[in-house]
Amino acid sequence: MSKTEIRIGGLGGQGVILSGMILGRAASIHDGRHATLIQAFGPEARGSACSAQVTVSDVPIGYPYVRQPGILIVMSRDAYTQFVPQIHPEGILLYEQDLVQPENLPAGVRAFGIPATRMAEQLGRRLVLNIIMVGFCTGVTQVVSEASARQAVIDSVPRGTQKLNLDAFQAGFEFGRNLVVAPSPVAP
Amino acid sequence: MTADPLGVLTGVHFIDGDHAACEGALAAGCRFVAGYPITPSTEIVERFASRIPLVGGVFIQMEDELAASIAVQGAIWGGQKSMTVTSGPGLSLMMEHIGLAAFTEVPLVIIDVQRGGPSTGLPTLPAQADMMQVKWGSHGDYEIIALCPSSPQECFDLTVRAFNLAEQWRTPVFVMMDEVVGHMTERVQIPAPEAIEVVERRWTGLKPGDYRPFQPAEDLVPDMVRVGDGYRIHVTGLTHDERGYPAMNPAAQDKLVRRLATKIRDAGDALVDVREEACEDADVIVVSYGITSRVAQAAVEQARAQGVRVGHARLVIAWPFPSQRMAELAARTKAFVVPELNLGQMSREVERAVAGRVPVRLIDHAGGTVHEPDRILAGILEAAR
Repeated sequence: MSKTEIRIGGLGGQGVILSGMILGRAASIHDGRHATLIQAFGPEARGSACSAQVTVSDVPIGYPYVRQPGILIVMSRDAYTQFVPQIHPEGILLYEQDLVQPENLPAGVRAFGIPATRMAEQLGRRLVLNIIMVGFCTGVTQVVSEASARQAVIDSVPRGTQKLNLDAFQAGFEFGRNLVVAPSPVAP
Repeated sequence: MTADPLGVLTGVHFIDGDHAACEGALAAGCRFVAGYPITPSTEIVERFASRIPLVGGVFIQMEDELAASIAVQGAIWGGQKSMTVTSGPGLSLMMEHIGLAAFTEVPLVIIDVQRGGPSTGLPTLPAQADMMQVKWGSHGDYEIIALCPSSPQECFDLTVRAFNLAEQWRTPVFVMMDEVVGHMTERVQIPAPEAIEVVERRWTGLKPGDYRPFQPAEDLVPDMVRVGDGYRIHVTGLTHDERGYPAMNPAAQDKLVRRLATKIRDAGDALVDVREEACEDADVIVVSYGITSRVAQAAVEQARAQGVRVGHARLVIAWPFPSQRMAELAARTKAFVVPELNLGQMSREVERAVAGRVPVRLIDHAGGTVHEPDRILAGILEAAR
């Protein structure tokens, strides 16, 4: 019985919520597990703080909020500062390395950085940063299967942008997979 | 009969409760919504407004909630299945017209996505504090039906059911969502149209001249006609006779008001839906509804792990309140624990039904988030002592 809590934090406009949607969709529709997505719902707007909470589980999910993320994905310094105190003592931190410099991390936390913004720019669209992070998360944590994540990307992005987004996913996925070989998912 | 395929988005979706409720309405045959969008219910009407041109129907953004809650009643008399959607502040404004709908037996569905109150309160955060308001908010004696979804899937399922119950019983039916259920995204399976049972309006078989609009059938519910089909009908908020004409005397008042209450109160098992788990030999029974059911379930499982015999009774239909079932459960348990996101509403109904036979422990919460499961666990452990 495995349950993983994921927190994704960044700025409005970075695609934080969509990345949560993709992970949730991959887990609950394509992997056949259970997933609950909660969006921080407030006066968020482009450029201000934004976060999503995803719980992935083999059994139905009761309490819907994320309290101690086993996986923390941050795309802004503010999100890092805000959420790193919540991370599971043996959790995994995934961060955009040009935007976030991790410090004072608990000893058991494993941290993996990726220059996702630069990679997105190389692909031609800075907007696909979030999809690179989804690929990175999939490659490092395997919280969702690669095939399911890929299908969820296709389901979730506008028509005509699938190839670009799949390329972004692939870039993040390979970057992550090269950093780590098949770690066991964290079960808080 | 079954659902019109045009309105059914068959498939597996990853959508939030608001969107799922909208799809439930469309699947049930709702083709008219008048609303005054309000957080946290806005996504329901946003989706309806974008979907309805493809399905065939109308959405109107009205000038306020009073207008929304009466425009839908006009559409219903015109033959459409209709609903309005709101949250606490809007619900308060709709109360006069909810009373009219109850008194004139309009099969109206209202979705209330509850947020923290009173007044403007917490627009983006949850509560379950409108439970008594939907039952008692308009003046006079009347009965309504209220359903409590605890997941996006149930937002779909119970919205379909709300329309069916409204048509069957001809009284306002409320879908009592909350901000968390409304904005929570999960897997939602929408069945094929032929697998969705839809209750059609109770169209009269009588000819114009023989038909009387408020003549009840055996189940105390009258049949309907569509305005403009040649029937002579009169609909008034005054006390009325079977023809619909004002009859302002104690005998007519007693006959009508008593029938409206009795048709729901005497419906028996048709309007009881309590999902019970391990209540048969429980020392403590947790009674919950809506989002709190999911949080309570976590506490129930923790209590069981500590050896407490605890049952869980989830109210899917909160109104009419299942008084008889609660009394039966009271005869075989030692205590009830009632967690809810308010300072004591449905817990009072449990107390009334239990009538002092066993203690009822309220685990209250002023709203703004859900309970910490530990608080409910502590309540269960104390009740089990």
